[in-house]
Amino acid sequence: MVSGVEGATRRSLDGALKLAIPRGALFEETLDALDGIGVSTKELRSDSRSLIFDAGELTIVTMRPSDVPTYVEAGAADLGITGKDVLLEQGDRDVFELLDLGFGACRMVLAARRGDDRLAEAERRFGTVRIATKYPGITERYFEETGRRAEVIEVKGSVELAPLVSLADGIVDLVATGRTLEENDLEIREEIAASTARLVSNRVSHKLRAEEVDRLAERLHEAKR
Amino acid sequence: MTDLHPIPPGTRDILPDEMRELRALESALCQVFEARGYGQVATPAIEYDEVLARGDKRASSAAYRFFDERGDLLAMRTDMTIPIARVVSTRYAGAEPPLRFFYLGAAYRTVRPQRAQLREFMQAGVELIGAEAPDGTAEVIEVLCEALDAAGLGSAVIGLGDADLYRQLLTELDVDDERRARILDRLAAHDLVGLAVEVGELEPLGTGRRDTLLKLPNLRGGREILDRAKEIGGDAVERATSRLQATYDELEKRGVADRVQLDLGLLRDLGYYTGAILEVYDPALGHILGGGGRYDKLLGRYGRDLPAVGFALYLERLHLAQAEEQRIHEEEK
Repeated sequence: MVSGVEGATRRSLDGALKLAIPRGALFEETLDALDGIGVSTKELRSDSRSLIFDAGELTIVTMRPSDVPTYVEAGAADLGITGKDVLLEQGDRDVFELLDLGFGACRMVLAARRGDDRLAEAERRFGTVRIATKYPGITERYFEETGRRAEVIEVKGSVELAPLVSLADGIVDLVATGRTLEENDLEIREEIAASTARLVSNRVSHKLRAEEVDRLAERLHEAKR
Repeated sequence: MTDLHPIPPGTRDILPDEMRELRALESALCQVFEARGYGQVATPAIEYDEVLARGDKRASSAAYRFFDERGDLLAMRTDMTIPIARVVSTRYAGAEPPLRFFYLGAAYRTVRPQRAQLREFMQAGVELIGAEAPDGTAEVIEVLCEALDAAGLGSAVIGLGDADLYRQLLTELDVDDERRARILDRLAAHDLVGLAVEVGELEPLGTGRRDTLLKLPNLRGGREILDRAKEIGGDAVERATSRLQATYDELEKRGVADRVQLDLGLLRDLGYYTGAILEVYDPALGHILGGGGRYDKLLGRYGRDLPAVGFALYLERLHLAQAEEQRIHEEEK
């Protein structure tokens, strides 16, 4: 499909490349990766309140993982690091995906109560299943691609609760170790996608600051090995 | 409290201060186009859906469509290139090429929610009909440079790529249709991680040929990237680089090559492009200012088989970039 036309966003002109990094689960490993290429992260590690950090060759801005594509698409950040799960959920964001950073591995899964037949039964008897999730986009696409119908219920907090109190027949969620599922008596039924941290770039920065962008991607790639 | 009289998201009212600036910008662009021998045309904002879809099926899926009182399906135009292709084959059916047209008008596209996307946006651009590559392409790029200068966008950069490169390369590598579609998709989105996965599964190809597909999209810069592309190798690459080389030579003759960034990773999402494709970037904006390229097969779909090339600039973005560049100049003083 032909892409839409955004009202353009203003951006800073030159100076250091701006890198958006995610606070939360990917934060520590992102900082380790930056240490690995010789970017100082001391301030980032000690100061949890500031949002913008001067790291010499890079200006680092911190935000929620799901905000990273927003900033990068608009050019408010030249580059960003975020999970593939976020990129899949916001699949229509116009950002360039440059590198699989390898860390933050987890899986997007469909889960339901252990030993409980409700998911299959709903499908058989009602032709549709109720799925609670924080990832409505991925869930809808997955069920559509597998030729099934799902009523997607978007929740913001602990999604494990939903099948326990019969809000939903199952959940679609991100699991790393699977412990949270286990503790709530849930089990994985289907695997939807695997996710790791990715380096993404704004499409104009990728062209106009090509050398710097390539060099940073190259260094992160080298350090990974 | 005043009553609410809303307008649809993605549309807006333009008031005198902005209008004055837009007018100045428009007239600067018109002067350039007129001086280069391009004549202005206007076409209806609504057309028959079927006629527009003949030009590009995918563009038609982004159009607003509705039935008229006779039950015919109408569509709002999503760009100006297709309507002009229609005009050329109907109103200029016997005219001697080359034909030079420019336009200034609104186009309409469906939007995704909460993305500040415009449903109605202004485009200014030119179409040069009946002029082959590389001369025609170079002429249009030269006009584009003049237009950017007239808009006060001295630091804007023009990306130049080749729309046929990957189509021909994938044919040469004998990749099956399904995989081919997926690879082109990843390339268009510039998803290098997904591309590596798809290409990695092309086992019958040697590592060398697979590397070709992975390395090419990252090549962008001056003339030197053409040599690097040739080293990476293959017939399709050779053909695309000689097309780009020929255009670039012509641009050097015209003295505008230094504003052009050759880019083998460039793929535009409109289906009708063949050969050279263009994108325009300005350091002040995170989105592209406009784009274009050759569409040598499009006019044939309307019955007049002529090579053609053109570009379109998004006027609202141009205005914003202009304001940014002015602000920077004033700060520097």
